[in-house]
Amino acid sequence: MKEIVFISGKGGTGKTSITAAMSYLLGGNCILADCDVDAADMHLVTRPQAILSEIFFSGVEAKINTSLCSSCARCFQICRFHAINAGGTGFSVDPLSCEGCGYCFHICPEQAISLPERKVGIFQISQTRFDNILVHAELDIGAENSGKLVTKVKKEARKLAEKEKINIILVDGSPGIGCPVISSLAGAGYVVMVTEPSRSAFHDLQRVHILLSKFGLPAGCIINKCDLNEKISSEIKDFLVSREIALLAEIPFSRSFSDAMIAGKTIMETDAENIILKINNSWDIILKQISGEDT
Amino acid sequence: MIIAIASGKGGTGKTTLAVNLSAFLAEKRKVILADLDVEEPNSGIFLKGRQVHSEKICRMIPEWIERTCIMCGKCQELCRFNAVLKIPDRIMLFPELCHSCFACSELCPTSSLPMHGETGGILYHSIISKKLQLVDSHLEIGQVSAVPLISATISYLKGIAASDDLLIFDSPPGTSCPMLEVTKSAEHVILVTEPTPFGFHDLKLAIKTMEKLDKSFSIVLNQAGDEFDSTIIEFCHSANYRIIACIPYMRRAAELYSAGRLLYQEIPVIREALSVIANNLQLA
Amino acid sequence: MKIAFSTTGLEMNSPIDPRFGRSEYFIILDEKDNSKQIIDNSAITSVAHGAGPRTAQKIIEAGVGVLITGNGPGNNAARVLNTSGVRILVGAGGMTVDEAYRAYKDNKLKQF
Repeated sequence: MKEIVFISGKGGTGKTSITAAMSYLLGGNCILADCDVDAADMHLVTRPQAILSEIFFSGVEAKINTSLCSSCARCFQICRFHAINAGGTGFSVDPLSCEGCGYCFHICPEQAISLPERKVGIFQISQTRFDNILVHAELDIGAENSGKLVTKVKKEARKLAEKEKINIILVDGSPGIGCPVISSLAGAGYVVMVTEPSRSAFHDLQRVHILLSKFGLPAGCIINKCDLNEKISSEIKDFLVSREIALLAEIPFSRSFSDAMIAGKTIMETDAENIILKINNSWDIILKQISGEDT
Repeated sequence: MIIAIASGKGGTGKTTLAVNLSAFLAEKRKVILADLDVEEPNSGIFLKGRQVHSEKICRMIPEWIERTCIMCGKCQELCRFNAVLKIPDRIMLFPELCHSCFACSELCPTSSLPMHGETGGILYHSIISKKLQLVDSHLEIGQVSAVPLISATISYLKGIAASDDLLIFDSPPGTSCPMLEVTKSAEHVILVTEPTPFGFHDLKLAIKTMEKLDKSFSIVLNQAGDEFDSTIIEFCHSANYRIIACIPYMRRAAELYSAGRLLYQEIPVIREALSVIANNLQLA
Repeated sequence: MKIAFSTTGLEMNSPIDPRFGRSEYFIILDEKDNSKQIIDNSAITSVAHGAGPRTAQKIIEAGVGVLITGNGPGNNAARVLNTSGVRILVGAGGMTVDEAYRAYKDNKLKQF
């Protein structure tokens, strides 16, 4: 089983659109995992039917039982996250600031503080229009994107792949370089970096690549909107060569991506033949690279 | 006065708006732009200046003192983040898992886990022009949490800002902790969106976040000029959300952006849009 | 010598779990008397952070001398295992526990 993770560093490079296009191409031969749980958008083009939906808990959050509280303010003094409000009506916890460390719970002399589990989001398994299964989740507003929900999405995707004997998992990764991305990369077999020729995206691509090297993962790169800036495009290509990253495709700027999205479709379902060809091609390269890996 | 610029979805033009609005307003008044998207800080690409200060930003983590430790294991029991581990002959610490809550340190019966600072990122402070300063912090690669670096950078900003300075915060994308940490301290938040289903979906999440924080906010529709514009505009009208500007999509803008250049100096329509935003929010 | 295998099942013909920290089970084979012990690691698989070091802690506490797994542990877990001198062998992903044991005997596994 191979996990192919799509990441970009910078947002808006077309990562999700390209992942969705690949999943259209593979249909029932892949499981799709949306690990961009902070802004999960894959369902907007794959328009799935929910099979399973469950509440997801992670960590804890402090709660003060005011009837036991003696207003000694110990919790207020020790909380490094300024999560304890000492208002007129007594002491309370601001759930958006609470880190769930439990320090206040341990030091409260009245045992007035409890640590109930914290609901952080909703986890879902759905059937897409393309005859594949989408494992996805939605993080609650302001919840900590610890990587646990991402890990859960990947774990369930793996379980399903094993059960259904499916060899490919396509993972739409998270932006940035922090915890959620690190979790999306764990256990990956191949990484597709989706970038665009802008100073910012190139900068982010290099930062993401440092992270990849730490994991020692094989990677390929798709340069989207490649004609936006020829100079940076060629700088990116030089970078890829020097780092031995395969160039999977150069896709020219096109409104077709957003037009397709607005129509609730993938690019593969439009008449943008040039792009469709490039996506097909890059999949062939990816396939060659991952099967080469196996031998 | 602090204005944060945020968006649910990445790549909608948050940084573009932040750098252009800052430079535009700094023609007339003093502005400090803070790039708090510390995982991927990009403002420095658009605004070049003279660096006047840089500092390592530390976060506090425990350090094990073997000599005084009695191996009671209380630290491991206390730590909810698995950052402290007791193995047969020692206590092991995992700094990247530590949330700096101080519980293990302060509740250790023999004070064998004193806290000390560890570099989590670097803050740069530059003078861009007479009236514009840039503060941008860069998260060290491999560090998992951006929040401590963001909050330390905000403290630094509060230290350097004069009372009549306008602070513009470029927020990380998304609606989780890092975005909250940035928008929490702002008086007003501008949410940047684009006329696509992804942009719309993520805008709705960002709006919910602002409502939960009880924060004053307005919306800028960027890369407008699509049939999908009306979906977002109608949604905002019916819910009484304020759209303070529509910035049309222009290939020229994307090209200038890609080269790391400011847009408003070369595209009059964008200059006009910035002035509308400034008037609407009374920033000029 | 006690040998630990990361696995998805409880039998010698169960597949090796290529992951270490979030592996559901470990089978520990004691070569001294050929006895088998199971570590149920499923509680750890659901922790948000730090699954690797916690799993490594269990392996150490079980007195394991050799660990056989697929991809190899992460840096943190490796640090914990190294403190007790556990030998880490990788590349057993795709094998069953039995096959991995034979590969170990034939010196066919890679040192991590």
